[in-house]
Amino acid sequence: MTAEAPAPQAELGRARTRKEDARLVTGQTNWTDNIVLPGMLHMAFARSPYAHARITSVDTSAARAMPGVIAVFSGADFPDQGSLPCAWPVTPDIVIPGHPPMATEEVRYVGEAVAVVVARDRYSAADAVSAVEVEYDPLPPVLDMRAALAEGSPKVHPAGNKSFTWEFSGGDVDAAFASAPVVIDRTFRQQRLIPSAMEPRAVVAAGAGDEYTVWSATQIPHILRLMLAMVTGTPEQSIRVIAPDVGGGFGSKLQVTAEEVISLLVTKKLGRPVKWTESRSEGNLTVHHGRDQWQHLRLAADRDGRVHALDVDLLADMGAYLMLVTPGVPLLGAFMFPGIYKLEAYRFACTGVFTTKMPTDAYRGAGRPEATFGIERMMDDLAAELGMDPLAVRERNWIRHEEFPFTTIAGLTYDSGNYEAATARARELFGYDTLRAEQQRRRESSDPVQVGIGVSTFTEMCGLAPSRVLGSLSYGAGGWESASVRMLPTGKVEVVTGSSAHGQGHETAWSQIAADKLGVPFEDVRVLHGDTQISPKGMDTYGSRSLTVGGIALNAACDKVVTKAKRIAAHMLEASENDIEFSAGRLQVRGDPEKGQTIQEIALATFAAHDLPDGMEPSLDSEATYDPDNFSFPHGTHLCAAEVDTETGRVTIRSYVAVDDVGKVVNPLIVDGQVHGGLAQGIAQALYEEAVYDDDGNLLTTTLADYLVPSAVDLPEFTTDRTETPATTNPLGVKGVGEAGTIASTPAVVNAVLDALRPLGVTDVPMPCSPENVWRAIHNAGGQGNGGAQ
Amino acid sequence: MIPAAFDYHRAATLDDAVSALAGGGEDAKVISGGQSLIPLLRLRLAFPSLLVDVGGLGDLRGVRDEGDSLVIGALTTHDEVTRDPLVAQHCGLLREAAETVADPAVRHRGTIGGSIAHADPAGDLPTVATALGATMIARGPGGERAIGAGDFFVDYLTTSLAPDEVLTGVRVPKLGAGWGYRYLKFNRTAQAWAVVGVAALVRRANGAVAEARIGLTNMGTKPVRADAAEAAAAGAAATGEALAAAGARADEGTDPPSDLHGAADYRRHLARVLTTRALVAAAGA
Repeated sequence: MTAEAPAPQAELGRARTRKEDARLVTGQTNWTDNIVLPGMLHMAFARSPYAHARITSVDTSAARAMPGVIAVFSGADFPDQGSLPCAWPVTPDIVIPGHPPMATEEVRYVGEAVAVVVARDRYSAADAVSAVEVEYDPLPPVLDMRAALAEGSPKVHPAGNKSFTWEFSGGDVDAAFASAPVVIDRTFRQQRLIPSAMEPRAVVAAGAGDEYTVWSATQIPHILRLMLAMVTGTPEQSIRVIAPDVGGGFGSKLQVTAEEVISLLVTKKLGRPVKWTESRSEGNLTVHHGRDQWQHLRLAADRDGRVHALDVDLLADMGAYLMLVTPGVPLLGAFMFPGIYKLEAYRFACTGVFTTKMPTDAYRGAGRPEATFGIERMMDDLAAELGMDPLAVRERNWIRHEEFPFTTIAGLTYDSGNYEAATARARELFGYDTLRAEQQRRRESSDPVQVGIGVSTFTEMCGLAPSRVLGSLSYGAGGWESASVRMLPTGKVEVVTGSSAHGQGHETAWSQIAADKLGVPFEDVRVLHGDTQISPKGMDTYGSRSLTVGGIALNAACDKVVTKAKRIAAHMLEASENDIEFSAGRLQVRGDPEKGQTIQEIALATFAAHDLPDGMEPSLDSEATYDPDNFSFPHGTHLCAAEVDTETGRVTIRSYVAVDDVGKVVNPLIVDGQVHGGLAQGIAQALYEEAVYDDDGNLLTTTLADYLVPSAVDLPEFTTDRTETPATTNPLGVKGVGEAGTIASTPAVVNAVLDALRPLGVTDVPMPCSPENVWRAIHNAGGQGNGGAQ
Repeated sequence: MIPAAFDYHRAATLDDAVSALAGGGEDAKVISGGQSLIPLLRLRLAFPSLLVDVGGLGDLRGVRDEGDSLVIGALTTHDEVTRDPLVAQHCGLLREAAETVADPAVRHRGTIGGSIAHADPAGDLPTVATALGATMIARGPGGERAIGAGDFFVDYLTTSLAPDEVLTGVRVPKLGAGWGYRYLKFNRTAQAWAVVGVAALVRRANGAVAEARIGLTNMGTKPVRADAAEAAAAGAAATGEALAAAGARADEGTDPPSDLHGAADYRRHLARVLTTRALVAAAGA
């Protein structure tokens, strides 16, 4: 907002353009698919055309005879291929079926890998795939998760179609419902989504002696290294994983995939480097999908809008197998269904169901968008039932700013927040009362274009850590993060982070933190990440955790450097350590401004080590690991005005206001970018996207012509603003922003559509609210799809 | 995905292209901008043995004024069509429809000839050619021939072009005074194909509709005319009400597909609503 150049120490909060963007947007970088190694071979996978079938034979001889083909392997060729990991056994009795990277006995979704062709070039590999002869004995597909639980349903796995049921309750739910004057009872569908990162998955594996390097377009190089070691039995110290620049993930690259494991196994077997890059269609089939739940919600309230209790019963489609965190995703939602509201009683149950579809797993928000959609739809429906303004209903129930910290009925302690302030600001920017007046006019004139206003007052738990909490939820790993800072002899700075950027702008934000903390120029900081050899410790990037965990680790590492620099400065300046002041990169003796050294001078002196205090180690560097005590809780109020053409069913977003409170902001441009992208993805779920399988279990949405990802042209101008209520649980006061827009926007848009159509008798439109779905909802409600409020 | 192997011949002249096609047999295909064919190759939905690239034949590019008609060279890109002053002056419907094709990148590579020869019933330009009563000009071993739109589009992705014929241009009649037009494309995202599209041409005289021509996109296996609606509109008052009565007959005789983007009954409904709107806009009612 401000044009003036800030003082050097004001890096935090400065709207810097991203230092990594020049190479990213011009493609002048090393994407995994750009990597070419001497003697490198190319892989292509033969995949199941059946949703469910027994493999009776795999004959690779014809494919092996094709020109350019070096080898063809089926699962049987890799008796040591192991089982792809599930790191989140959510209940003691959870069913976790074996998940071979290449199926050997049975295939359970269309696209499951059965064999791999290794050839001199991609064309030969692709040609030979069709020559792999696999005979199948088809089995009945299992496609509807509700039918899958019925007695007599065909089984996806011998143990049946139920993976787990996870339950939680607090307060006396039954009593609350028994005495409630108003009960809202709804069933919502969270459709299945395809994450659609811009960069497809790609992997290169190579070995030298007994040491292997795997380059992968992954969000999680550290976890991948560990899991590759565990799955394949390769010693962990012999594996180096590199995530070069990665073009988006949204959770889809928070995975340990069959293709990564097979790449390592093939390079071990052949002794040559191999590469695999998926096509968009292959990715739509075999990148894990997101969402896919049936949500049954009941809400108990008074006639004045006070909500007492919420009862949530979920069915979550796991797909054919449990992947890295598949069963944990819906459970993240368990903590978020109460949203920002003070409930007296809450019950949550979720059953994970196997079907013969691509497994689901984390997708931007992971469980929290589903929960937020559920509660925010219910709050709007309650308002409609009571004839109240939806903002007034929320205000009656939300945690007031003076009530923080507040422990919710789900057991989370929200450290800070100000829902009143964010809502007031959103309302002002939106022109709420003017839009309500226009809505009334259009209703009265039976305008074929109706207007609706959708509200979403959301919060989320992010900064996925604390390790102790994750442990109590049976998650297989911790949630800490690591950072180190190296002051180089020239006074420049290398920052090493365990967070693994894949589009978020870590290099810029981390540079700003280090520049601010160390008093060095932003340009003097280089951020290293995404390579287990360069950055050996880390828990990687997902769940809006980078800044709130990794950023705080960096903050702590910078503090350690400053502490050491002060001791050295005191020694050099012959002053007491307590008299050394550090400000804007200069260490000086209190009361004697002439007597001082810059941190760069200290760095050089520490490198030379000619005159260090006794016992002081040379080199000015440090390492810190941070494991927070609590999650962080960004929140916000989003308001959407949508026009609905009741004749065609088309929904057009007229205006969208997002007021987010993400605490202290390191870089407002990056925050705005995250919010814009998040809104686009949340709106995409509301209006555009759905992974569709046919009755045989074939995915129909295999291209971007059928799976509709909206582009900038399809989206409205976003009005974004912020309130700033710092987190009290970390020294920077930051909360995380990566998922906020996605979580908030889906219910805001759908609520707007329903607000427009309620006078026509429409109570629900299944997502996506495509023109056809909207038209049918109007048609089925008796509105004939021809407009008019009568 | 990556395509299967094929031979490639870059034609030096039109005759060269025709003879290369003749030599390539049934499995030879013409390519120019590649905006329809290359995706099919990449998805391995098409396996041509030979691609004959006519992209270098500069004579096939640009718009010629031929008195009461324009001839638009087959290699004229969508973007060039949207910017051409002759098209703007004499055939605004074509400009309006070309502007809706996919996205700017596609419009700079894709050609009017490629779009029409591809004969996708979801394509915009085949519909416009049908509504305009355009004539397709083709060159084969036996010389040049002209094919009316009604005879040109045969079925889904199928035209009456022989395997050794090259579409060289499209002749469209100039729209005289009194004609109004509107192309309404209903798609779900800006880059997507039409769920339904309507190309409407209306000639007004004395406050009434003297003549209407209506082409429909994606309402069958080829672009179709809405005959019943055309008949109902002819002679109708240029009012919303009268044109709605004509629009209500837009789906008569059509056989729309059911797919992910719309079931047949919804497409029929859309055709009626959009035809009414397009007629109203074209008639200035």
